[in-house]
Amino acid sequence: MTAMGLVHDATVPVPVRTGRSRVRRVVGAIPIGIFGLYVVAAVLGPLFVDYSPVGGDLADRLLAPGSVTSDGGTAVFGTDALGRDLFGQVLYGARTSVLIGTLVVLFSGLVGITVGTVAGYRGGTTDLLASRVIDVLLAFPGILLAIVIAGVFDRSLAIVVIALSVTNWIGFARLSRSMAMTLRERDWVKSATVMGVRRGRIIARHILPFIAGPTLALATIEFAGAILAEAALSFLGLGLPSASVSWGQTIASGKEYLASAWWIAAIPGTALAVLVICVGFTGDRLTRHFGRQQ
Amino acid sequence: MPERARQGSAGTLRVRDLTIALPGPRGMADVVDGVSFDMVEGRTTGLIGESGSGKSLTAMALVGLIPDTGVATGQVLLGEENLLTAGRARIRQIRGAEISVVFQDPSTALNPTMTIGDQVGEILRSRGLSRRQARERAADLLDHVGIPDAAGRVGAYPHEFSGGMRQRAMIALALAGRPRFVLADEPTTALDVTVQARILDLLGRLRDEDNLSMLLVSHDLRVMSHVADDLVVMYAGRVCERGPAKAVLNRPLHPYTDALVRSVPSVRVRSAIADPLPGSPANPFDRPAGCPFHPRCPRAEDRCRTEVPELREIAPGRVSACHFAELAQRTPDTVAEELR
Repeated sequence: MTAMGLVHDATVPVPVRTGRSRVRRVVGAIPIGIFGLYVVAAVLGPLFVDYSPVGGDLADRLLAPGSVTSDGGTAVFGTDALGRDLFGQVLYGARTSVLIGTLVVLFSGLVGITVGTVAGYRGGTTDLLASRVIDVLLAFPGILLAIVIAGVFDRSLAIVVIALSVTNWIGFARLSRSMAMTLRERDWVKSATVMGVRRGRIIARHILPFIAGPTLALATIEFAGAILAEAALSFLGLGLPSASVSWGQTIASGKEYLASAWWIAAIPGTALAVLVICVGFTGDRLTRHFGRQQ
Repeated sequence: MPERARQGSAGTLRVRDLTIALPGPRGMADVVDGVSFDMVEGRTTGLIGESGSGKSLTAMALVGLIPDTGVATGQVLLGEENLLTAGRARIRQIRGAEISVVFQDPSTALNPTMTIGDQVGEILRSRGLSRRQARERAADLLDHVGIPDAAGRVGAYPHEFSGGMRQRAMIALALAGRPRFVLADEPTTALDVTVQARILDLLGRLRDEDNLSMLLVSHDLRVMSHVADDLVVMYAGRVCERGPAKAVLNRPLHPYTDALVRSVPSVRVRSAIADPLPGSPANPFDRPAGCPFHPRCPRAEDRCRTEVPELREIAPGRVSACHFAELAQRTPDTVAEELR
């Protein structure tokens, strides 16, 4: 240690609420807005845009973005090798991604929070058992386990959700376990305990409400991870059945045309990247928000 | 709700040889060692001692709330039933309904996400009352503990209450199950001095109205001298003196009690902290041999360093664990007092 380490910089800026922080707030809200747009597009888009994965017209194959198709419409994002509209694929793919992300987060969140909360609250053998299972699962790379599971069974939505949830619940379990462990020492939990309130009720009313916020922040990050993993599975041909639309499948179908028709892989790829980045930013913001509260 | 029959020995909670072992730096240590006392119906028993003396741990053990790693032995007798060996289901029946607890800090002992009414009524809900009935009863209870406009405030959240009001709500919560024994763990320590007196008055009033037996855990002698009927003085996990509060405080039979009484500063006379207790409290994990108080005791002799003093009756109702308690019984002061 030199004396340098002891010198404090006297000009450390103190955070002041100025116009600058307002700019930062607006900029910070952009990713949340984009994320919201994706969700709206995923829910409402398919109601307005018609698209069928078996519908394409071979006369319209490999049209560049903005071209006019044989039936007189405009292919905003171009068409793929079978003449199918890319705009439709991106929209329907958004629906698939958001649906799978939501299902995986709901399913793994439910399992993770249940296991984590019960383990953290009860402690003892229950906790030991849950912790060891988590440790073992942590030793596997998540996507590898998902590939194995998705590869063994027939391709279907349920299998994809299960394959992705197998490792995804761990994050929820670890978070809720550590929170339940500190919450059970809170006086209001002790107070409810000495008033003879049932365990289930204590968990539901005195512990879970405090886990909800940080879990929501984690859920967004897990959501992004699930979407990325689903795209990876579909890219490898292990994801959804080929009759469904998925960004991963579209990207895979475009990889042979990267030199001639870049848009087939690039447009869904960009859509995927922007979604994951925006969800990540949203998650960070939520984490900071709930971190400040505690 | 019909009035429960309150008679016989069930009106007293008897603690016998309560010993609690906790894992310490060198294996299990008895941080509470052979504690015995009674909680008598309609009386307030004060449990006093410095921090770390095991007083809170003792109180919590009465409702079966000790750390997971701890082991409690001895007896906590409710009637003829030893609560330390009772099953989980039985303990849950007793909690709230026979024995309940008022916690130290009402700002942490109330769940900030639930309304006051829901929390007070929680035990009633788990007994099968409807939401509305529980609310009505909660309002009655809040009114009983002196919260103005109780009916209008059952829907309020803890942060909308002041500290004193929160502690009143906490007391209402403890009384919701109509317990006979209330354990108050430093119920006024977290409150403003002006509010403290009101809460203590309230506890005294409730004890008389509902015929409760109360265990008041505190390190504050002045609180004790106002409220307690009986006193149990603890030091390093052991009882060093026990007896009627007035007698114990006026004529301590243990040098530790004596030192405690002397260390309380008087408000009127400027003798403030004239006689602070020397040394630091004994660590219950590393209790000195012999009498645990001997390193700080002005009267200590060789015998105190080796021989653990027995807790024995010195005068009727007065119990002390000091080798020289019989001598303390008759000092020039007390002799003069007797002659008067």
